[in-house]
Amino acid sequence: MRQAAKNEAVLTFLSRSANEGFARTAAASFVAQLDPTLDEVNDIKTAVSEAVTNCIVHAYPQALGKISLRLRLYGDNTVEIVVKDTGVGIADVDKAREPLYTTGDEARSGMGFTIMESFMDGVKVRSVPGKGTAVTLVKRIARRAGVPA
Amino acid sequence: MGVTCTEEGRRMTIQISGEVDHHRAKEIMTELERAVEAGLPRQLTLDLSGVTFMDSSGIAVLLRTYRQLAGLGGAMEVAGVPPQAGKVLKAAGLERLMPLEYKD
Repeated sequence: MRQAAKNEAVLTFLSRSANEGFARTAAASFVAQLDPTLDEVNDIKTAVSEAVTNCIVHAYPQALGKISLRLRLYGDNTVEIVVKDTGVGIADVDKAREPLYTTGDEARSGMGFTIMESFMDGVKVRSVPGKGTAVTLVKRIARRAGVPA
Repeated sequence: MGVTCTEEGRRMTIQISGEVDHHRAKEIMTELERAVEAGLPRQLTLDLSGVTFMDSSGIAVLLRTYRQLAGLGGAMEVAGVPPQAGKVLKAAGLERLMPLEYKD
């Protein structure tokens, strides 16, 4: 069992594409408490952008739905981000995670999960067709000299 | 607008600026497509030095323009790539397809 989170924030927003920027900026702002480097912040922004865009494009293809973003900071300087929707779900998660595989339109490259995997220390996907998807992103922020634990 | 374009002979430079995500990707794609159709460049440089954020939507934008150029017999390079965008493009292996020049 994991230790209790040191801090937590939960945001819920509609699956409008304008919220992609909002979600990644909010995540970056919350994580700033751990004094991350610019590279670490950018990695988190990029992964959150991919996960939220997936919800907007794939989870709710016809209508607007709700996306929740849960951010947790742990004492070991780890960030855990859960991006959750109650949309259509993913029938084959392994397939969806393959590079270049996409069921999206011409503005999608099929590289979303590949980017999340290469920018984060952990990526977990749980999905139930018809019920929704939860993507968990984990990143360890390096402790820097002079920063109290 | 996030796309500006300069032309000299059949060489064209297009600057993309701001955030390149799914929210803006289609608009940027449309503008790039129009600029390329109008100028029919032999050599296109996409200057990303003004890009403040890019996710995998940017990969789709670059690939689409790359294919359009290839169809017209032109070549494309990407210049002024900021570190964050560079990491995204590298993760996708784009440097194997087109020259990428990084911002200092």
